[in-house]
Amino acid sequence: MVDWFDANLVSILNGFAIGSLLFILAVGLSIVFGMMDVLNLAHGALYLVGAYLAYSLLDGGATWGAFLGALGLAAVFGLVAGGVLSGMTEPLAKRPILDQALLTLGIALIVAEILAIIYGNDVYRIGAPPGLDGSVSVAGNTYPLYRLVLIGIGLFLAVVVWLVMEKTSIGALVRAAVADREMVSAMGIDNRKVKVGVLAFGSVLATVAGVLGGPVYGVRPGLDETVLLLALIVVVIGGLGSVKGALIGALVIGQVDSLGRALLPELASFVLFGALALVLILRPQGLFGPKKVAS
Amino acid sequence: MSAPAHPSTDADATPGAGSTAAAPAPPVSPTRRGLLGAVPATVVVLVLAFVPFFLAEDPVTILTRILVFGMFAVSLDLLVGITGLPSLGHAAYFGVGAYTAGLVAVHWTPSAPVPVLLAAGAGAVAALLTGWLAVRSHGVFFLMLTLAIGEIASQLALQLDDITGGSNGLPVPSIRFGSEPFDADFRIAYTYWYVLAIFVVGFAAMWLISRSPFGLALRGIRDNEDRMRSLGYTPFRYKYVVYILAGGFAGLAGGLFAQVNRLVSPVDAGFALSAITLLALVLGGAGTLWGPVLGMAVVVIVRDYYGPDLGGHGPLVLGIVFVVAVYVLPRGMAGLAGLLTGPRRRTRRSIVPGEERTS
Repeated sequence: MVDWFDANLVSILNGFAIGSLLFILAVGLSIVFGMMDVLNLAHGALYLVGAYLAYSLLDGGATWGAFLGALGLAAVFGLVAGGVLSGMTEPLAKRPILDQALLTLGIALIVAEILAIIYGNDVYRIGAPPGLDGSVSVAGNTYPLYRLVLIGIGLFLAVVVWLVMEKTSIGALVRAAVADREMVSAMGIDNRKVKVGVLAFGSVLATVAGVLGGPVYGVRPGLDETVLLLALIVVVIGGLGSVKGALIGALVIGQVDSLGRALLPELASFVLFGALALVLILRPQGLFGPKKVAS
Repeated sequence: MSAPAHPSTDADATPGAGSTAAAPAPPVSPTRRGLLGAVPATVVVLVLAFVPFFLAEDPVTILTRILVFGMFAVSLDLLVGITGLPSLGHAAYFGVGAYTAGLVAVHWTPSAPVPVLLAAGAGAVAALLTGWLAVRSHGVFFLMLTLAIGEIASQLALQLDDITGGSNGLPVPSIRFGSEPFDADFRIAYTYWYVLAIFVVGFAAMWLISRSPFGLALRGIRDNEDRMRSLGYTPFRYKYVVYILAGGFAGLAGGLFAQVNRLVSPVDAGFALSAITLLALVLGGAGTLWGPVLGMAVVVIVRDYYGPDLGGHGPLVLGIVFVVAVYVLPRGMAGLAGLLTGPRRRTRRSIVPGEERTS
């Protein structure tokens, strides 16, 4: 057991790094979804925007200024994108989930195609900021420091989001809206404002995740779909609108993906799908989803 | 071509038949309406059958592709428009069919209907295995599960490169009838007729399914699943069966694609195909069966015919069309036909007819 653990330590750490990134992505998706029933299929495209921003700014040299600048720009872009998405989905609010999903799908196609026009089809690597670009020794294995930092950032964000959700009135509002949106609206809270706020929050997390993930996963066309799929699986496993679910789901999927690739490379996607299927058979609403079945 | 009895593409366009998609049960004599509908359908099929005599080879090739993808769009419409199951991963079954037909043609026989029939079977079996899980879920969960199924299918095609050729794709031998390959001079026309014949049979079968008591039950489930349950129906069983049927027809379309395109690659099972097919449904009007064929015609023409002129950025145009269509064509081009022929429609219709928003 200890031997096995030792042999796969790098895979396990990789799993935590993926899990961290997935949490940052999935928590936004999950809350937007749980609160507003907006399935934002442009979430992956937003991640891709962040990653290309990081590439553009860090290409000249990976300095802290460029890294933080990319984070800042990504956050601003995310805020604007959240506002735009909110405005665009508003006229469809009374239509079924599929209509809004299709709208965001169209937006995702446009964004991905514009990025392909600007950056071409090449695969780019992105450097980590100075000081974080080296490796450290973890129990005898060398491991990239940046990935450890990424794990730290993910855990930090998890704690922050959990505190906001559980201990503040904003969090109470979000939880109430997940449980019963009509009732929240009946109590005099403007659903549209909440929606703008929530979508902006989710979009900022997606673009920032793109910058943070850049030094680990690089950037390439098609990355948006991969990332979106993993985030969706996390949301399904964790349950809609649940921060705890997003965290546990992200950690589980991170490990399943990383260990699956290391131990059963042929069957990696089967293992991922198997985990998803298992959870859905045992708990159709996800591990931590609300009891009602979303219609 | 002796297919006058098949009510086909334009069946719903006849004046007076405009309310079909919205009404859960057509009370007046379906037989008579079927006969009336058969007239324009026959005309359409006859015109299509004579097309190779009038048109140059390029447009005929495009038309062949439209029929192949059109049948796939109709099979998705069975799920989305008729049953209200919004699948994002239907291309998985198209891909299963395409690879099955390709492998049958390579390893066994490229002889005409064998590969496509086995492709249809394989698509249905794939839907049988995956649908049991997918159909249990509702709403957003169904969207996500089907998305995952589609993505896994294309990743699988990529990874099993011993069998599928991986990212290089699987080359497929050309179609033969018996042991004879098509005459080289008329290959495009013969291929077109072969595809048209299977399209007509497939479309007619799906049209009959959607009009049968089974199809009416599906519409009932789409409009109000709880009520159907309280009437003694078991929605799961109906949804599961239609999911398998739609998978079978998607496999059939995929098999045709393999034989026509002569190369199958993992992209053909991927999310992009599911996405543009949903676009075809949005454009054409879900739930009408013939609307999605028209929608697919627009998509194929933009992507394959004008695509090279757009510098390979057809998807950008499609994305913009997609966004605009969601806003301005809530009932698709079929909805426009409905406006022209008279019957008033409720203003706030959704893309999926009848699916009311509950929260």
